[in-house]
Amino acid sequence: MTQVLVLVELADGALDSSTSELLAAAAQLGSPAAVIVVEPGAAAGLAAELGALGAGTVFVASREGAGSQLVTPQVAALKAAVAASGDVSAVIVSNSTDGREAGARLAIRIDAAYQSDAVGIASVNGGVVVTQQAFGGSYAVTAGTGRGIPVISLRPHSIEGAAPAAAGTVHEIDISGDTTATTEITARHEQAQASERPTLQTADIVVSGGRGLGSKEKFELVEQLADSLGAAVGASRAAVDAGYCDHNMQVGQTGVTVSPNLYIALGISGAIQHRAGMQSAKTIIAINKDADSPIFEVADFGVVGDLFTVVPQLIDAVNARRG
Amino acid sequence: MKIAVLVKEVPDTWGDRRIDPSTKRVDRSGDVVIDEINEKAVEAALLVKEANSGSDVTVVTMGPASALDAIRKSLAMGADRGIHIIDNGLTGSDVVQTSAALAAALDGRGFDLVITGNESTDGRSAAVPAMLAERLGLAQLTFLRTLTVSADGGSGGTVTGERVTTEGHVELRASLPALVSVTEQIAEARYPNFKGIMSAKKKPVEVLALADLPLAAGDTGADNSWSVVAEVTARPPRSGGTIIKDDGTAGTQVAEFLAASKLI
Ligand SMILES: Cc1cc2nc3c(=O)[nH]c(=O)nc-3n(C[C@H](O)[C@H](O)[C@H](O)COP(=O)(O)OP(=O)(O)OC[C@H]3O[C@@H](n4cnc5c(N)ncnc54)[C@H](O)[C@@H]3O)c2cc1C
Ligand SMILES: Nc1ncnc2c1ncn2[C@@H]1O[C@H](COP(=O)(O)O)[C@@H](O)[C@H]1O
Repeated sequence: MTQVLVLVELADGALDSSTSELLAAAAQLGSPAAVIVVEPGAAAGLAAELGALGAGTVFVASREGAGSQLVTPQVAALKAAVAASGDVSAVIVSNSTDGREAGARLAIRIDAAYQSDAVGIASVNGGVVVTQQAFGGSYAVTAGTGRGIPVISLRPHSIEGAAPAAAGTVHEIDISGDTTATTEITARHEQAQASERPTLQTADIVVSGGRGLGSKEKFELVEQLADSLGAAVGASRAAVDAGYCDHNMQVGQTGVTVSPNLYIALGISGAIQHRAGMQSAKTIIAINKDADSPIFEVADFGVVGDLFTVVPQLIDAVNARRG
Repeated sequence: MKIAVLVKEVPDTWGDRRIDPSTKRVDRSGDVVIDEINEKAVEAALLVKEANSGSDVTVVTMGPASALDAIRKSLAMGADRGIHIIDNGLTGSDVVQTSAALAAALDGRGFDLVITGNESTDGRSAAVPAMLAERLGLAQLTFLRTLTVSADGGSGGTVTGERVTTEGHVELRASLPALVSVTEQIAEARYPNFKGIMSAKKKPVEVLALADLPLAAGDTGADNSWSVVAEVTARPPRSGGTIIKDDGTAGTQVAEFLAASKLI
């Protein structure tokens, strides 16, 4: 069976949470093989974990300072793995900031097609067909490959299931000859994903706040409701611009696209650019004091009212039901 | 310093954006504007220019005749010259092909710094910048929310900036020549003033057709694209939900709705 390569990202030396899903996606198309760039000596434990998650082969590129160069070591490793494998039908990367850029560069380097931000993936008559969304989920697009193999960036949380465990056999690859111009990562300011709150892209429930929250202090109400529901916290661009919360919480056209089971919008007017990031949520609840807000056009359940009275009551009711 | 800034014309996000079912391509017949992120990229280029005397900013776009407006707007903001890549043979290009045409136009012109938006609002692939870095052999500093360029007077210099990531940010550094993509936090774009608008009309815009670009036959056009759209389906509009006015019990009613929908 042909191999389907998966670029494995590391977070603080451990496998990124996207890894299992990427290998599961690969298993739908062929035999999953992982590609990983590590500090010398760090591969052994990771290879066993990758085998358990479904990787038959683990292509390992060892590189001193692997974590302090942006994207280019991963591109070199993917290219070396394609050559070492000899029979690759697709390459899958996460649609993360790093993953998609490694995938985009790889497509150019090996003359391949590039399919960005896929939400579905299937093998049809021997070819790979991906499903993508256009204009914030207003359209579903299916696309095949005209030339070359496809390099696919997969949106997190779009494929269910897991790949059956496999051997995880290590195959060393050499990227020491790579002469690509590099960019150095001189410092990291990142919070480990260990926080109890789920991440925006992968959460089943997202609670977002907008300018209606009025201040950074009052934005805590959004967090309180999110925590009572076990939800991730999102925001409108107006809330981000006003400094109520961090930019990477922005949902919308120029922020994150989410499609959770439940999206709750608090004090958000529902501008077209915000809806582009959340309108494909299964259920939408909106609380806004202005009955004419466009958010109500997409809401399954809407409350016209003051969020500062409605939300505390909602939190109490949720906590009461949870017991 | 020679700076190129890449701008794209996109359907206005304030309107209803469509995909044309017959061509399966973005319908550009409605209002089209320079992508907001590209106004910010132009602003970033102008700030680098102002900090490095003797710099020159070229604004580059690939797109139909209307895309000249995106160039003119950038020139009115303060860019010095434009390059407009326009050819019917480019219609229907995928992202691999788009990056090939843009790289062919940029290559060999001695740009020290290429600045793009991080992600276009119509394509949203966020792939063109990385692909250009790959094709042009440039160091890549992408998704920057801050940007500092220190030229060393000669052809060298250093670029630093903060890259936004899912869990926070990282600091990047590379040597020139380099490619930078910026996020919407990079800067507020300046408004062109009257003088800028008038002088933009006199600034040079070079027009490049496919025949002017060193591209292999078969590199361009929908028939040779790497990725092929098979089907486009519009999502059915959401059907009307229940809207209530808070009578003092709305919070409880929302909780009841959640429970009835098995969401809690
Ligand atoms: C190119 C482009 C890209 C953009 N990208 C994004 C994007 O990615 N994400 C995004 O969100 N926006 C984006 N925007 C901005 C978008 O157009 C809106 O400006 C923004 O979404 C508004 O945020 P908001 O709803 O929080 O604020 P507002 O529109 O100011 O709405 C605040 C709402 O809060 C309500 N409110 C106030 N007080 C209360 C109260 N006590 N109780 C209940 N309700 C209350 C008000 O009735 C109002 O509806 C983009 C714009 C452009 C041009
Ligand atoms: N046709 C184009 N002409 C000029 N620049 C472009 C074009 N397409 C993409 N770009 C640049 O690449 C950035 C990212 O676009 P994308 O990869 O399509 O999300 C944009 O913000 C532009 O700076």
